[in-house]
Amino acid sequence: MENALVSVPHNWYLLLSSLLFCIGVMGVLFRRNVIVILMCIELMLNSVNLLLVSFSAYAQNADGQVFVFFVMVVAAAEVAVGLALIVSIYRNVASTDIDSMKKLKW
Amino acid sequence: MNDQITNYSLLTILSILIPVFPLVGFLINGLLGKKVPEPISGWIGSIAVLASFVCAAAIFFTLPATESLSFNLFNWIAYANLNISFGFLIDPLTITMLLVITGIGFLIHLYSISYMHGDEGFTRFFTYLNLFIFFMLLLVMGNNYLVMFIGWEGVGLCSYLLIGFWFKEHENNNAAKKAFIMNRVGDLGFLLGMFALLMLFGTLDYASVAQAVQGYPINDGLIIGITLLLFIGAMGKSAQIPLYTWLPDAMAGPTPVSALIHAATMVTAGIYMIVRSNVLFAMAPATLDVILIVGVATCVMAAIIGLMQNDIKKVLAYSTVSQLGLMFVALGLGAFSSGMFHVVTHAFFKALLFLGSGSVIHALHGEQDIRKMGGLSKYIKITFITFMIGSLAISGIPPFAGFFSKDEILAKAFEHSPAIWIIVSLSSALTAFYMFRLVYITFSGNYRGTEETRSKIHESPALITIPLIILAILSIIGGFMGLPAITGLTHKFSNYLSSVTGAAAGILPEAHHLSHATEYVLIGVAVLAAIVSILIARYMYVTKGQLPANSDAELNGLQKLVSNKFYVDEVYNAVFVKPVVKLSTLIYEYVDKLVVDNVVNGVAKVTDLSGRTLRLMQTGSTTFYLLAMVCGIVVLFVIRLLI
Amino acid sequence: MAQYIFYALSIVTILSALYVVFAKSPMYSVIAMIVCFFSIAGHYVLLNAQFLAIVHIIVYAGAIMVLFLFVVMLLNLNQEPDKSHGKLLRVAAAISGGMLFLVLLLSLNTSETGTFILPEKSDIGMVEHVGKKLFNEYVLPFEISSVLLLSAIIGSVVLAKKES
Repeated sequence: MENALVSVPHNWYLLLSSLLFCIGVMGVLFRRNVIVILMCIELMLNSVNLLLVSFSAYAQNADGQVFVFFVMVVAAAEVAVGLALIVSIYRNVASTDIDSMKKLKW
Repeated sequence: MNDQITNYSLLTILSILIPVFPLVGFLINGLLGKKVPEPISGWIGSIAVLASFVCAAAIFFTLPATESLSFNLFNWIAYANLNISFGFLIDPLTITMLLVITGIGFLIHLYSISYMHGDEGFTRFFTYLNLFIFFMLLLVMGNNYLVMFIGWEGVGLCSYLLIGFWFKEHENNNAAKKAFIMNRVGDLGFLLGMFALLMLFGTLDYASVAQAVQGYPINDGLIIGITLLLFIGAMGKSAQIPLYTWLPDAMAGPTPVSALIHAATMVTAGIYMIVRSNVLFAMAPATLDVILIVGVATCVMAAIIGLMQNDIKKVLAYSTVSQLGLMFVALGLGAFSSGMFHVVTHAFFKALLFLGSGSVIHALHGEQDIRKMGGLSKYIKITFITFMIGSLAISGIPPFAGFFSKDEILAKAFEHSPAIWIIVSLSSALTAFYMFRLVYITFSGNYRGTEETRSKIHESPALITIPLIILAILSIIGGFMGLPAITGLTHKFSNYLSSVTGAAAGILPEAHHLSHATEYVLIGVAVLAAIVSILIARYMYVTKGQLPANSDAELNGLQKLVSNKFYVDEVYNAVFVKPVVKLSTLIYEYVDKLVVDNVVNGVAKVTDLSGRTLRLMQTGSTTFYLLAMVCGIVVLFVIRLLI
Repeated sequence: MAQYIFYALSIVTILSALYVVFAKSPMYSVIAMIVCFFSIAGHYVLLNAQFLAIVHIIVYAGAIMVLFLFVVMLLNLNQEPDKSHGKLLRVAAAISGGMLFLVLLLSLNTSETGTFILPEKSDIGMVEHVGKKLFNEYVLPFEISSVLLLSAIIGSVVLAKKES
């Protein structure tokens, strides 16, 4: 396969990542379902991962990829705990609506 | 040589032990408090002071009069050029004061065991008393002004605590506060004097100051300023005009306290301080003149007020003020050793008189008004005889102690100027008069109290009478320490102190000595004046049987003025107290209530209001929070882009 | 050739991401998410990061998304259609998201640019290279991340356990 690094300018990756990140942010603000919100957060994480990998590839430095590796570890842990929390909240309020979780206000 | 060194190290240990004993007594009584049963705490206190007395006596007998012992225990304040150590100085002056404080202190402790019997604050009383002795010892033992100042403030505190000892009565608390506040005025002077000394000489050490000051010309403005400031301190502590009104009020405390603190020891601290800095004061003759004037004025004024007092302790209090004035006269004349001599003899007979009056009060179950006494000589013989001896001593009748010391000061006064001699002689004649007025009204004639109280009059127990007898003996023989020059014998006391006061004597102009004939005449006149005064008192109060008036209405204008103490308290009230109270009220009304309160409440109101408003933002909706967060990030980016 | 692949992958990525956000049912969101992840893995391959591409598919598509799927089905969320926020909030969300994108673009536009020296052949993303980095320089964080995973396991078990 032809080397993408030569034919695709790095700016495109920057653009793609920021767009992906903003879609994630908008999703978090748009949706009320906590599971979807969690997925949108994953989307944001992935946009950052993509950026890191692109930089690492263009700068010929493997450190960025190692970082992505650690981000994946943290994301996995986060999802596991987050979903467990959602399950346990659902058990209490029978809903995954974010607006049903206002109890801490008082 | 080697022998001497071991001797000195022994003396060092002994002198460190002196203040330690009362401190230990204070700690035991103070920490155990009511757990110590009544007589035991008294004995602990007494034995602690006795032990100090023994140490002081040992030093007195081993340390030659020409030697002094100065040592530093530790470096206290070391900062840049400032270097102040915590150290002791043991010389004849210190030893004299030590013997007076611990000796008379011990007798008064003994006396108190019986006098304070049954008081609910018995242990507390001895705790304070031991603490007082500790601070007083610190005051006289320090080798620099700062250590003296610790003691100075400490005795002030103890004086406050003991005047207000029976704090359940409001009047006593007021007297205590008055004493404390008036002393603060003097202490400020002392403090400023110390700062000035530090600025000028960079040291507070007695020896260094005495050495440094001799490089200045006589009557240098700075030295006059410093000595005046120090004298203000002495004024407060030793109750001189204008800071004397606290001492008569201080009689609110228990009688042993009046005897120990307000007659024998603490009030003489001012005199000690000036004698201690005699070189400094000798370099400022102008200050000595001020001291002389203040001393004379106090001496006369207090004696006049003493004529019309009806409370047995108040009479003695004014007599103390007057005698302190006499001591300052001696200092003002540059006769430092004479002043100290009078301090010592005065300590003997004034302690005796106060303890005697305590015995009278004890016998009469708390009665202090002499108009309700009379004819007591029949009931309380020992008290009467010892009180009589004290009165003779203070009146200056030979051969009692007061005669010698007073005569010495009078002779010095005559050398200086006959006018001063006349005024001081007059005041000492007044002293003889009011003392015997007191004696006759109290002890002769018929008992004027109720029949019921009369049957209860009893002589005090041995613990009270023994100190009285010892002090009476001291009042008789105490004067022989300093025989006048005409007898041809040596003045032992003056010789003993000469290593301390000698330096000042070298600076002051040599006074022309009186001829023997003049001196005989002076003595004769003084004694005659005293005897005549006594006889007048006898005529008025025994032969004619007069009694002091019961109310102001029976008095003429002059008598009224004297009886009301020249209205000095009222004037102070109007000039100092009232404006301060007014100002405080004003500040309270306008600054405190309007400004401070509103500011404080305003802060609370603003917090409350903003809290109520901002609370509305806390919707609890996570989406809203996230939205706010995103907006925040956007704003941050915009700011980043714009800058 | 490579740039066309890039464009295609990018379009797939963005469309699937948008579908994740706007899908009616969480189930569809999950499916779109998986598509999105595969396209990102494609990007990784394009960037010569083969090792990460494989790890990405295994971890995200294989583990995380399956977990999401499980939870969605376990909670039986497909029965009712998802309610959305009020109009005002949705407009506000759109505006702020758009503003964020604009601001990001602006700041990228104004930031300093540099040039990369690109090699003929890049082996930076190979297992060998990344593995060496990971087990030499980054061995301590690597070990610590295992502790993190362990605590996440224990935490999720404790949280999701039925209280008796």
